[in-house]
Amino acid sequence: MELLLDSLFNGVAIGSVLLVAALGLAIVFGLMGVINLAHGELMMLGAYTTYVTQLIFKLPILKPFYNSYIIVSIFLAFIVSGVVGILLEKTIIRKLYGSPLETLLATWGVSLILQQFVRSVPLAYGTGLVIILLIGLFLPTTFPSKIKESINFKYFKFSSWIFAALTGVLTGSVISSSVSKLSRASARNVDVTAPAWMRGQIEIIGTAFPKTRLMIIVITLISVIAITLFLNQSAWGMRIRAVTQNRQMSDCLGISTEKVDIITFGIGSGLAGVAGVAVSLLGSVGPNVGGNYIVGCFMVVVLGGVGNLLGTVLASFGIGIMTDLIGAGRLLSIWPDMPLPLSNTINFFATTSMARVMIFALIVIFLQFKPTGLFPQKGRMVEN
Amino acid sequence: MRISRRILAGLATASLAVTATSCGGGGTSGSFDDTVTVGILHSLSGTMAISESTLVDTEKMAIEEINAAGGVKVGGKSYKIEYIVEDGASDWPTFAEKSKKLIDQDGVPVVFGGWTSASRKAMLPVYESKDAFLYYPIQYEAQECSNNIFYTGATPNQQSEPATDFMYKRSPAAGGDFFLVGSDYVFPRTSNTITKAQVKQLGGKVVGEDYLPLGNTEVAPIISKIKKALPEGGIIINTLNGDQNVAFFKQIQDAGITPSSGYYVMNYSIAEEEISTIGPEFLEGHYGAWNYMMSIDTPASKKFAASFKKRWGADRVVADPQESAYNMVYLWKQAVEDAGTFDDNAVREALVGQKFDAPQGPVEVMPNHHLSQTVRIGEINAEGGFTILEETGVVLPQAWNQKHPSSKGFACDWTDPSKGEKYKL
Repeated sequence: MELLLDSLFNGVAIGSVLLVAALGLAIVFGLMGVINLAHGELMMLGAYTTYVTQLIFKLPILKPFYNSYIIVSIFLAFIVSGVVGILLEKTIIRKLYGSPLETLLATWGVSLILQQFVRSVPLAYGTGLVIILLIGLFLPTTFPSKIKESINFKYFKFSSWIFAALTGVLTGSVISSSVSKLSRASARNVDVTAPAWMRGQIEIIGTAFPKTRLMIIVITLISVIAITLFLNQSAWGMRIRAVTQNRQMSDCLGISTEKVDIITFGIGSGLAGVAGVAVSLLGSVGPNVGGNYIVGCFMVVVLGGVGNLLGTVLASFGIGIMTDLIGAGRLLSIWPDMPLPLSNTINFFATTSMARVMIFALIVIFLQFKPTGLFPQKGRMVEN
Repeated sequence: MRISRRILAGLATASLAVTATSCGGGGTSGSFDDTVTVGILHSLSGTMAISESTLVDTEKMAIEEINAAGGVKVGGKSYKIEYIVEDGASDWPTFAEKSKKLIDQDGVPVVFGGWTSASRKAMLPVYESKDAFLYYPIQYEAQECSNNIFYTGATPNQQSEPATDFMYKRSPAAGGDFFLVGSDYVFPRTSNTITKAQVKQLGGKVVGEDYLPLGNTEVAPIISKIKKALPEGGIIINTLNGDQNVAFFKQIQDAGITPSSGYYVMNYSIAEEEISTIGPEFLEGHYGAWNYMMSIDTPASKKFAASFKKRWGADRVVADPQESAYNMVYLWKQAVEDAGTFDDNAVREALVGQKFDAPQGPVEVMPNHHLSQTVRIGEINAEGGFTILEETGVVLPQAWNQKHPSSKGFACDWTDPSKGEKYKL
């Protein structure tokens, strides 16, 4: 019983990291059909947001709330990655819809730019830049429609960018003068330390579970539930699904496909940011942190069936449980006296590197029989 | 359009100017009869840049120190050392390419460079075919002895062997079982093969071994294996690389694998620089083994740390790889002065037997192109440094490890033409 619980928990823990990382991609790649190789770097931005939030919460004014910084950083990471994602959509990806190869190359280029950006720009000014983008992109949308329709709207837009630039530069310099660690650029990996209440382990029915892992599972669950509710219950969710199923028809019926694209991409990117918070709890935060996850994300989405959230969920937990079963040699503890050749084979694969090889092999075999994944769905991808 | 083109051209010239000024350099004090230009070849971009740039800083500092003290004196003339810094870009073929450039085009008499074994293996054929000389400053897995490379880092018998001995005999987990964790590449695998042979000799038991593919940070399966193999605590030997250590230590602490519950980790790749990245709160009570530790309480060590901080910033630290890099620049200078020429072959001969009062204590160049060094075992403390527990005497380097099954009974000696790279003892 204890063994089963332990194994199941480990599998779910590994799976939830994969799931939270792949969730944003499942939306961007699954629903929009955009191969976004910069997805990992959007995660990285989320992880750096956690780091910056942590340092800002160490300032004397915010010190009393230090324990809750991780919760705040989840929302901030969503906004930061979402804003960068929207900028990416507006400037690059919009021009490349329908040409996957070009999108792939362009987003790969963006991923390199983002990596170099965090290496060579002090994080304080990076934060300032994100604030400029946030205000510049969103302030005009909050104006009353009277102004929006007026002929002078471009001047309003222009002045809101100036306002954004001033605020951004100001916050940048305030942060850089108050937190010295953020005032210099550094290629070194940085460290996010979970607040004390999230370290250590909790005992449930005689088995000890690490708290950070439980936290990641909770973050994943909330993200999945929130995104499912959004897609199925809200008006914008319905529009997104409509555009996914038939873009031309939705356009004819008066849905602004342009807005739908922005919102979908923004949410997908924002979720990548949330994933960044989750992985920052497990390891260190560095320019390459996203690259470590990108292959796993695509693997999960393809295995689950492009365009299907349920498939993504099942695929990540499936891979998680398999990784634990093979990598930790669990079968041997369940059946200790199995015949020698079999136990030798299992022992051979019971290392982390071999388990990875084995999982990839199994996925390749699976896709031979079901090339469209666990839950193939009709949609824009299939039509094209 | 015209304006933007002009801006672009301006940018290009500006960046050219920046590169031009960033290459080449050196101290300016004193008057010299002539100059000599050496090559520095480390990764300044890519994954390894974080580690390797500290070596560039140290080598520049050593060169500036030598220049300030009057430069290199050869044949009655004083030479100012200048340097060309090339970027290996964390890409192994680039290391070979830049080596060729430094040797053929710039004609440097010596190249200081490399960090990873992969970069060294890529450069080795270049130096052998051109009969040039590479100085390599990192602790590594040995099992190599080239006439064209001078290794100033520790060999396994100067790091892992004394460490394993300490863990099995004198650590709080003495007599316990061993579990080996490493990144999946040549150094951890070779080092662990040696450790396994040694543990067997000592009468101990290795109960498990696992390797994490480079770049992978999912350590949950490793943790459950450690818990299964060592339910009551024991010794963990860790050869993980770079940021995989962060994931490993964060997660084992959450899983209750800590010194207070009887698990002690001995690390071969965690120095002061890495402790500050991972966070001392995750590492306190675990161990490390090195030749140089910043906490060594001698004037030479303190002077080294102080001049580095003075040159590069008060928050910077020095660690073992940097000390090796510092030593090799000085050893090269001494060998050149003894040889009376910058010629490779003469310097190579003069190099063997050179002694230097290094920050770690006296070191001497051995006939196998490695250094005799002191080994120290330290416990990681809350301040992010090592509390030194043990110090061996001077340990001679074994280029061919005497515990590894494939090299047992072999040695290397470049001073005797009949022996060379690998001869039977």
